[in-house]
Amino acid sequence: MIEVEQLTKRYGPTTAVRDLSFTVRPGHVTGFLGPNGAGKTTTLRMLLGLVEPSAGTAAISGHSFRRHPRGLRHVGALLDAHDVHGGRSARAHLHALARSNRIPRARVDEVLAEVGLTEAAARRRVGSFSLGMKQRLGIAAALLGDPPVLMFDEPLNGLDPEGVLWVRGLFRRLAHEGRTVFVSSHLMSEMENTADELIVIGRGELIAAESLAAFAARGTAPTVTVRSPQAGALAAVLESEGAVVAPYDEETLKVDGVSAVRVGELAHEHRCLLWELTTQVASLETAFMELTADSVEYAAGETR
Amino acid sequence: MTTLALPASRFTDLLAAEWIKLRSLRSTYWAFGCGALAVVGFNANAARADYVNYPHYGGPIRDDFVYWALRDAFTEGSAMILVLVCASIGAITIVGEYATGLVRTTFTAVPDRRALMAAKVVVLTAVMTLFGALLAAASYASTQAILDGRGLGVPISHPGAWRVVVASALLAPVCALVGMGLGAVIRHSATTMVLTTFVLLLLPSFVTDRYHWTASVRHAFPFNAWARIVDVGYGQSRYVLVPKYPATVAGGWVVFAVWAAVAAVVAVVVVDRRDV
Repeated sequence: MIEVEQLTKRYGPTTAVRDLSFTVRPGHVTGFLGPNGAGKTTTLRMLLGLVEPSAGTAAISGHSFRRHPRGLRHVGALLDAHDVHGGRSARAHLHALARSNRIPRARVDEVLAEVGLTEAAARRRVGSFSLGMKQRLGIAAALLGDPPVLMFDEPLNGLDPEGVLWVRGLFRRLAHEGRTVFVSSHLMSEMENTADELIVIGRGELIAAESLAAFAARGTAPTVTVRSPQAGALAAVLESEGAVVAPYDEETLKVDGVSAVRVGELAHEHRCLLWELTTQVASLETAFMELTADSVEYAAGETR
Repeated sequence: MTTLALPASRFTDLLAAEWIKLRSLRSTYWAFGCGALAVVGFNANAARADYVNYPHYGGPIRDDFVYWALRDAFTEGSAMILVLVCASIGAITIVGEYATGLVRTTFTAVPDRRALMAAKVVVLTAVMTLFGALLAAASYASTQAILDGRGLGVPISHPGAWRVVVASALLAPVCALVGMGLGAVIRHSATTMVLTTFVLLLLPSFVTDRYHWTASVRHAFPFNAWARIVDVGYGQSRYVLVPKYPATVAGGWVVFAVWAAVAAVVAVVVVDRRDV
């Protein structure tokens, strides 16, 4: 369980995070979304006690994280895959982390196997790793202490398609085991197949905190695309039914305000031949862009 | 979900982890290896030069040659190299974490930053003291063995000889801690190195010992403190003048202790307080 209350962080005149409150529950994968510079990383750093909040509180399992003498058994975190020393081998890096938290050495080999880093890779210096391999190493470090709460900042960056699939499966499994899984991203499309719950922020402020389904419903209503040789006649019929019709080309119409079923019925009644009839659901990406566009424009100082 | 039972958090775990970090970097071995070769090599070469030139030395040098032999045991040039190497290693132990971003991973694993920094201080002090002791002992043994070729080697039992070995050995941890303290404050590799070199090596020679207060400042630098402690013939030679405001051996030890302690406290406190 992660609880953030009225969290604020100011750097001089700029406010990175403003009065942010949300709760992340165990048993779900919760996506943490926002455009670049929205304050996601700053929030995660405040949760981990790396950055001191200007105001408000950030608690993990009811406690401020910095109160724990050792952290790995409480929270596993991957903030930035580059936060390692390039001169050490992957195994030495994990071994030092494990040792500091009194985690048995055998656990290092377990997590290395779990993230798919081979024996040869584990012996190599991290500096020679690709970003994808570094992400796997960072995930391995987060798993070391078998923690009830896990946080990942942009974990999919640099992973190949197989890696992305694996990470999604891993997150779902961790959540299924009853853990709290909090994953940040600036790409909605990444969350679409990963998260069940969403926290969306823009310019340091909360925009939405709800399930993925509820968030998707905020988007624009479905649009129906119709292709017909009698597009002109059909457009007139649809408009008389109260639909908003936008001609796309001579044969294609984009129709808002009526369902595909109703378009089919009307075409049948008025003996219009149909070549194509499809419904386009607004993607989460669109919903996300529409919502965050407001916060970006507001911050840019434009009057609306 | 199965969660591992929470064991007690022990300081020794942090010591072990810091030790793993230190020995798992290739650069550590290079720094220690090259540093050791240079320091012992330069000292041995000074002894060799005196060995070769001895027949040409006049009375005053021959009268005081015990002091010359003890100076060869750890020369000023070697001490400067030792200062550079140790301060760099000390600085790297903390700057290396900040520069790579590893520090965030480290603090996520160990939120108790004071304990973590204390562990760094202890491991660095122990390793550097051992390193300094090895170099000082090797230098003493090799230089006096070379001079023994003419029967001029000074036994370690000679009054004041132990001071040369102990002060040279301790110069290593003192400078390493100063490097770490400055590194913790500055957090950038290049700036830390420049400032550390400036403070430990350049600044001491800029301060004059002409006035009482500047002489006090001058004596308060670790390098000058070292030079005073190892100068066994200080005030005893008939041919060398003593400065108007002389430094003392006891004062030198105090300077070592104060610099080491202040640097260690600064490293622990500063790192604990700042955002990363």
